[in-house]
Amino acid sequence: MADLVTLTVDGKQIQAPAGTLLIDAAKRAGIEIPAFCYYEGYSLQAACRMCLVEVEKAPKLLAGCTLPVAEGMVVYTESPAVVAARKTTLEFLLTNHPLDCPVCDKGGECELQDMVFRYGAGESRFTEVKHHVDEKQWSPFVYFDAPRCILCYRCVRVCAEGMGVGALGVVNRGVISEIAPSHGDHLECDECGMCIDICPVGALTSGAYRYKTRPWEMNHVGTICTHCSNGCKTTLGVRNGEIIRANNRDRSGINGEFLCVKGRFGFDFNDNPERLTSPMMRVDGKLEPVSWSTALTAVATRFAEVKQRGGAFGVIGSNHTTNEENYYLQKFARQGLGANNIDHFRTGDVATLVDALSGSSGTLARFDDFYTAKAALVLGVDLAQQQPLLAFKLRENWRHHGLKLFAVTPGPVREDKYATAFTRVEAGQQLAALEPWRDQLKAAGELLIVYGASIKGKAVRDLVAFGASLGIPVKYVPLVDFSNSRGAIDMGLVPELLPGFKPSDQPGLTAPEMLAAANLDVLWIVGANPFERTQPAAQNAFIVVHDLFLTETAQRADVVFPASSAYEKNGTVTNVTGELQKLKAAAKTMGAKSDLEIVGLISKEMGIKTGIWTPDAVFDEIRKTVHGYNVPLPIIATGGAAQTAPVNGRVKVEANPALIQSAGDTLYTSGSLGRYSKALTSVLEYPGQLYHPARGTPVAEEAEASR
Amino acid sequence: MLYNEPSPLEVRVLTRRFGLPNSAHIDTYLGTDGYKAFAKALDMTQEQIIEEVKASGLRGRGGAGFPTGMKWGFVPRQSPKPKYIVVNADESEPGTCKDRLLIENDPHQLIEGVLIAALAVGATRGWIYIRGEYRYLIDIMDKALAEAYARGYLGQNILGRGFHFDLYTHTGAGAYECGEESALLESLEGKRGVPRIRPPFPAVSGAFQSPTILNNVETFCAVPPILLDGAAKFAAYGTPKNGGTRLFCLSGHVNKPGVYELPMGFNLLRMINEVGGGMRGGKKLKAVIPGGSSCPVLKAEECDLPMDFDSLMKAKSMLGSGGVVVMDETTDMVKAALRIMKFYAHESCGWCIPCREGTTWLKKLLSRLDEGRGTRADIDLVGDLSKNMLGRTFCPLGDAAAMPTISFVEKFRDEFEAKVARYAAAAGSAEPRLISLAQ
Amino acid sequence: MKFSPELDKKLNDLLTRYPEGRQRGALIPMLMFAQDEVGAITKELINEVARRCGVTPLQVDEVVGYYSMMHKKPLGKHHVQVCTNISCLLVGGEELYEHACKKLGIGHKEVTQDGQFSLEEVECMGACSWAPAIQIGYDFHHNVTPERFDQLIDALKKVQ
Repeated sequence: MADLVTLTVDGKQIQAPAGTLLIDAAKRAGIEIPAFCYYEGYSLQAACRMCLVEVEKAPKLLAGCTLPVAEGMVVYTESPAVVAARKTTLEFLLTNHPLDCPVCDKGGECELQDMVFRYGAGESRFTEVKHHVDEKQWSPFVYFDAPRCILCYRCVRVCAEGMGVGALGVVNRGVISEIAPSHGDHLECDECGMCIDICPVGALTSGAYRYKTRPWEMNHVGTICTHCSNGCKTTLGVRNGEIIRANNRDRSGINGEFLCVKGRFGFDFNDNPERLTSPMMRVDGKLEPVSWSTALTAVATRFAEVKQRGGAFGVIGSNHTTNEENYYLQKFARQGLGANNIDHFRTGDVATLVDALSGSSGTLARFDDFYTAKAALVLGVDLAQQQPLLAFKLRENWRHHGLKLFAVTPGPVREDKYATAFTRVEAGQQLAALEPWRDQLKAAGELLIVYGASIKGKAVRDLVAFGASLGIPVKYVPLVDFSNSRGAIDMGLVPELLPGFKPSDQPGLTAPEMLAAANLDVLWIVGANPFERTQPAAQNAFIVVHDLFLTETAQRADVVFPASSAYEKNGTVTNVTGELQKLKAAAKTMGAKSDLEIVGLISKEMGIKTGIWTPDAVFDEIRKTVHGYNVPLPIIATGGAAQTAPVNGRVKVEANPALIQSAGDTLYTSGSLGRYSKALTSVLEYPGQLYHPARGTPVAEEAEASR
Repeated sequence: MLYNEPSPLEVRVLTRRFGLPNSAHIDTYLGTDGYKAFAKALDMTQEQIIEEVKASGLRGRGGAGFPTGMKWGFVPRQSPKPKYIVVNADESEPGTCKDRLLIENDPHQLIEGVLIAALAVGATRGWIYIRGEYRYLIDIMDKALAEAYARGYLGQNILGRGFHFDLYTHTGAGAYECGEESALLESLEGKRGVPRIRPPFPAVSGAFQSPTILNNVETFCAVPPILLDGAAKFAAYGTPKNGGTRLFCLSGHVNKPGVYELPMGFNLLRMINEVGGGMRGGKKLKAVIPGGSSCPVLKAEECDLPMDFDSLMKAKSMLGSGGVVVMDETTDMVKAALRIMKFYAHESCGWCIPCREGTTWLKKLLSRLDEGRGTRADIDLVGDLSKNMLGRTFCPLGDAAAMPTISFVEKFRDEFEAKVARYAAAAGSAEPRLISLAQ
Repeated sequence: MKFSPELDKKLNDLLTRYPEGRQRGALIPMLMFAQDEVGAITKELINEVARRCGVTPLQVDEVVGYYSMMHKKPLGKHHVQVCTNISCLLVGGEELYEHACKKLGIGHKEVTQDGQFSLEEVECMGACSWAPAIQIGYDFHHNVTPERFDQLIDALKKVQ
């Protein structure tokens, strides 16, 4: 750590490491120096001049955002000269700003409004004609109103430096300078909307949100995004039960303010008019709405009958349901129904890794490692498309700490741009491709290995052996696809393993086997849509489905229960790096119930005591019984992410690697959920494609200069 | 080619070859002591070269007047990064047209100056950044560079002494801001001419993030004479701390406008009257912009002063880039102030708020005042806005716009008020409350 | 995009002038020299320069909009630039510009119908001591009076 220097800010003595920027040092001491262009984590601009401060012995006001603190420095951040300077800077800014705050989406959460409120003049001396430019739409989500723009370049930086896309730039010169999109009149980008949220004013607005509400009319509920496995915290803006907006401006959660297109705009499946709002039962060959009690009785009766005659149950769970739901489902299935045919669609080989790492500690990477690792090896995955937060974090690590990244992928990926080395290799040959880098990897001193679903079974063990042979600390992340894929394995939603990777002594059928089994009496599918691809062989099975929508699977069911979405329930999910986080119900769809409650009600209807089916009670049981889930409660209670730690439980059984298959979702797809999101299906001009010849900021030295 | 008659009062050091037949050709150059200073430098140590430049009192001829030797001394010669030389030939300061002549008439002198700088810091590559409008100079310079390569003054193993140096021209594309050194470097790298945050300064991180010497054309051109004739001789041309001669660009209301090489410290009134042949049409002198449009204007009674960096600073103006703009009694000072602000508004890069918004607001205000649609309060506002731009902007362009404007309003307020009053009288009201229509 | 062999060679040569991996340095010279041949900075040219320099078209576009000598629309065959900045202003630059408007029948940044001439009121071009000055294309003309201006234009008209 650099030496500490002592300086005086507004009469207060503070200490900070030499070289710290004044604006940061002051902030840590509780003194806010206002700024528009300064943004922690991104390159410095010194453009807005709002952070000018008075420094003793300096001939003029200095920009706090580029001023390194020095021993004995005496700074005034609110002196009359400073306040006067801010007042004029704001007056300058407002000369061409339209002041259309009453109809601006940003009104109420606008940094310019706040700044003018605090420092601005009551009246303007500007009596000239304003420069006007018409508003433009750049994409389904991004609208740009140039006159409102204060040219802080946050959007340009978050797109180029943060996202590695570089779809925004500055054109023209002087007072007519303008932010411009990548393709003349439109954007081709990730559509992540980071630019919209980072905009301090209403220059960039969201097509999904604009003119829908005033911000203060919404309730803001912090929960976890239900799409991919990264586990981003998202703050849902809810008005009258409808989710209107998703962002994470409070920077809580592991993702800070990062969200991808799915997290920020793909919440609208929740209010899709096709949501199921009543249970349905097959009457005369047709699915008809029925009451909950009718449906529950029908299911309980049938389940009891099949159980009694020792018939065969097949239970397929979900990658999206909560840990509590998964745990409770498998408990009820195994103990209540005596069903050992229980599985879900596996998207990553977690179990083999856990076994291969047996006896070691600290070898399963945590999310933080993406930001701190000195080197990272990315194997067989298009991170920017499939694991967007992980891609974002690695890029941040590279910008801030000079991460050395090595990529082995079947096609071009965004990581190529800044990789120390990369190579194109098809699945199965990845390990051989690593040999030439052995010395470089060793020299890095520590390594984070991130691998996709193409590495499974023996390949995982070989990879771990390779890692061990480097003789440096190596951590691993087995990538999985969905919001609770990791939790589903941990909760024993597989036939060969009970919760906590304990081998089952009566392993049943796997999901593909269940679909292929002609003799199943009951097929109970909770939040999955297997019939989209495969029709069940069991012609006479009684099919029960929980879902949000009448999917291909639900259409074939005998009973369909309308399920709540992740945004409508409480509970916990476990992300790709094993961090446990809490869902918080934000919205409510009339008629739907959580899967936990549905299972609980069936259990009750059958007179089977599976335990109280509230999320808290089930979670309590999980903490007591599942290895590694005994996490500190205050962390998750306050919206934090708690690391689960399943290693050291030797996994005695080996599953067939063929069971592991990534769904191959891109940035714009998300299984069935994505199909019901108008937002995601509206991105037509730029269909997501894995391993697409990389777009983005191609000049490496530039990004280098920005760090 | 020369565009004006020389003056007998000139002291021709940098311009000594001007007017020689075929003065741009390497043979002419070699025939008149050309590349001898470089040969001398080859036998000197890097420290000796830098010391010699320091001793000459040479200060940057681009405008800021920073001591050249000291600037060279800042280059970390031990750095493992390559070192570069960049010539600022983006001459754009209104009132300035001297670098053009130095390249047009004696390109090899510039090449030699650059070579000596390259020796002094161990540079391997250099670029001459020539403003886009000077396309013909690129042709002249490219020809001279080709000659120098052909004769072994550039390229690999120069003069068999194991020294390698490549020099290229690089065209600008129309941007005053690129005369600012860090903006020039951005432009050289193929980007918008937006200045960089400094520190680091170019000496440490310049072209392509490598240590770089960046000087004005005239500064480099002064180096061969300094090495050839000795620092003391060069220093002695000028006044203490203001060594040498300087190319002054006399323009405006004088009988013989032109570019003249005069000793530093030459009296401004003498320059107007004796070198410039006096005021045109026998009119009275009203004011002088002493060093290009960024410099505060001097009233006639302030003009009896030596033209060097320090004297001008004492007079609260600047020696700047040597553009001496002379204005007679008929000059409309409101219009002059407006024209200057129009320039800065056009050239503001748009990066920072005070300059981007301030220059345009001031342009609009001054335009109204000039057209008689202004009020007394507007005059105060011009002064106030300028003062609020001064020292607050990201780069010196904001200051360059503010400083002359403040001086115009302070020194010639009566002319601003007269315009307000004249139109007010015509409108039948003492202070018309203005309604602004078009821009 | 197809260039003349001379231009193509020139553009390739430009790429060699900058340090390894920093070929973006050639971007502005490339655009300037290519503009002279193509007549304007077209979308196609932007894409071509982007490809050659290894940057995105947006990065080229950012540059094009910044520099005042880069034009997205074709200029006249003879681009007449009249300086009205301070030194020229003092000795008739503004009057000369107004005269030029009348003579050519066009205004600032306009092109004559026959495409022969375009006019631009420009900032200081570095001819202050020989003001008022104009540039036609890249050629400087010093101490230009309205009469001299007419002669210059008429001579160009005759050549056609």
